[in-house]
Amino acid sequence: MSTISLEHVTKRFPDGTEAVEDLNLKIADGEFLVFVGPSGSGKSTALNMIAGLEDITSGDLLMNGKVVNDLSPKDRDIAMVFQTYALYPHMTVRQNMAFPLKISHVPQDEANRRVQEAAELLELTEHLDRKPANLSGGQRQRVAMGRAIVRDPQAFLMDEPLSNLDAKLRVQVRTMISRLQQRLKVTTVYVTHDQTEAMTLGDRIMVLRLGRVQQVGTPKELYDYPANLFVAGFIGSPSMNFMLGQFSDTALTWPLGEVPLPAERAARLREEQAAGDIVVGIRPEDFEDAALVEGARREHGSTITAKPDVVESLGSEVFAYFPVPKSTAAQAAELERVAAEVGAGDAPGSESTFVARLDPATTARENVPFDLWFDTHKLHLFDAETGRALGR
Amino acid sequence: MTATAAQAAPAAARKRTAGPPMPAGRKIGWGTTSAITIAWTLFPIWWLVALAFKAPATLTDGSFWPQQWSWANFSGIFQTSEFVRPLLNSIGIGLISTVISVVLATMAAYAIARLRFPGKRLLIGVSLLIAMFPLISLVTPLFNVERVLGLFDTWPGLIIPYLAFSLPLAIYTLSAFFREIPWDLEKAAKVDGASQRQIFTEVIAPLALPGIATTAILVFMFCWNEFLLAISLTSTNAARTAPAAMGFFTGVSQFTFPIGSIAAAAVIITIPIVIFVMVFQRRIVAGLTSGAVKG
Repeated sequence: MSTISLEHVTKRFPDGTEAVEDLNLKIADGEFLVFVGPSGSGKSTALNMIAGLEDITSGDLLMNGKVVNDLSPKDRDIAMVFQTYALYPHMTVRQNMAFPLKISHVPQDEANRRVQEAAELLELTEHLDRKPANLSGGQRQRVAMGRAIVRDPQAFLMDEPLSNLDAKLRVQVRTMISRLQQRLKVTTVYVTHDQTEAMTLGDRIMVLRLGRVQQVGTPKELYDYPANLFVAGFIGSPSMNFMLGQFSDTALTWPLGEVPLPAERAARLREEQAAGDIVVGIRPEDFEDAALVEGARREHGSTITAKPDVVESLGSEVFAYFPVPKSTAAQAAELERVAAEVGAGDAPGSESTFVARLDPATTARENVPFDLWFDTHKLHLFDAETGRALGR
Repeated sequence: MTATAAQAAPAAARKRTAGPPMPAGRKIGWGTTSAITIAWTLFPIWWLVALAFKAPATLTDGSFWPQQWSWANFSGIFQTSEFVRPLLNSIGIGLISTVISVVLATMAAYAIARLRFPGKRLLIGVSLLIAMFPLISLVTPLFNVERVLGLFDTWPGLIIPYLAFSLPLAIYTLSAFFREIPWDLEKAAKVDGASQRQIFTEVIAPLALPGIATTAILVFMFCWNEFLLAISLTSTNAARTAPAAMGFFTGVSQFTFPIGSIAAAAVIITIPIVIFVMVFQRRIVAGLTSGAVKG
């Protein structure tokens, strides 16, 4: 039984920078909550404050309803897994895992039993007497997990535990963590900069940007209803395509033509008095080769002609990259900022190229124009100035 | 950073043994240079050893190789207390100074490397100042102070100034080692429930062991080799250390120069240093932090 609440938690460093600003969050017992954001978003600082490794400048941190702001890490009964694993190099795997038990004077028999149990769970039994230097990256990572679970703590805190593993191992360990958490049902806070990890692991996700919470929700909520441009650009891979457009009464005008919006959506936009520049976002998977879209569904969307310059086939899916006219409308300052922060690799709309994810049955060829259908019900609209989602 | 440094050392060592073969010309060049350097540095030592093993009568025959090997010089110096007692003084004073200095320096260096506290810069500055102070300028005041305090010609009379001069060196060496230890280990120990003292004794100190060994050797060598204070602050064999005592050797008669005894004594006092370095060398080189963090 353990809940963690953050109430107006703020971290200000002596030089005046605010790493975390007015963070409010309730983490339920047994919940797997992921903090995700690009570097410098304050996610690790937030985690360290929960661990007690960083002081809280203002606000309250509650564990099981009690304020623990001034409790030292050792009195908070939490276990942490570090990005670097932080194994004690002079101790064997067994000693590493037993270290927290030794410190808290757990009787030897009990400690041995718990280490043995954890080792079996993590398939480390045969490595118990080796030193960390002689283990592979994945094994070291499991030892770090083992050291956390022998404690039977109130909460697990994990600071980018997969970042140092290679891609294949990362997927394996990710499922292992997921399974472990479901089995142990311990409240877990997990920090990552990788949105895939966040989406696959989290019961809920908190997206952070420059120390401020952008959105908290289930992976599906974040994916389907991003609260702002930043979340929309950050969640999803490949990331959402963005383009500037204008809304007038019932339809949306953007460089790809005029798009009639569903009546409800248009009504809500009118209510919000969203006039002028709007950033239109569309996920690659909301496109489809028009030839493959059947009648009724076709009514849901709109069709454009696209001439892909690159077509990548992955077997199970096909990615078509096609250039779109660069927005000549007013500056979309927020769009550019988001592009810069999310990272050049998946900068939304940075090169005025759209990507569409198509069914493998598509006949789309490079440099051959084809009809591309997209779902107008799944368009994401954002205020070009503030980045706030519109018409939801 | 630290991980890569720790990993780089063994990697470099491997490379040296298993790297691509060197072209013959360069091999010869390097070989010659190395041989000359080694000969240049070892020549005086060989001369010393040769002198020590020559029979007293052949000391001045000018040959590099003893014509007649003899233990006479060694048995000579060990027959009187003129050398044995100073040797014991050297060992005692050296070991006591080393232990105290390393214990104090370990704590001070940890504080300097890891904790934030007021006056840290001042502490670093003062210790640097002491390290740079010319020893000779302190000899006269120390002589007077120690006479007044009754410390003159006693073990503490040498141990205390040795501590003062070895501590800055020890603190510097050790804080460099402490800085190498990844911060995450300390954080991990903190979260695992360890107190500040437990973090130090259970995690940091064992990892700093190679550093502590290195520092201990350096401090011991400083105390062992020290001559100026040893000769100025002692007057009898009660506290006189071996290097100082050698200066008071006399020959068989007052007209014979005790060169054989001095050479033998010099060989004897070199032995502990050689042993020290040989024993600890592996530890120093290996480094214990490999595998602590991702590697």
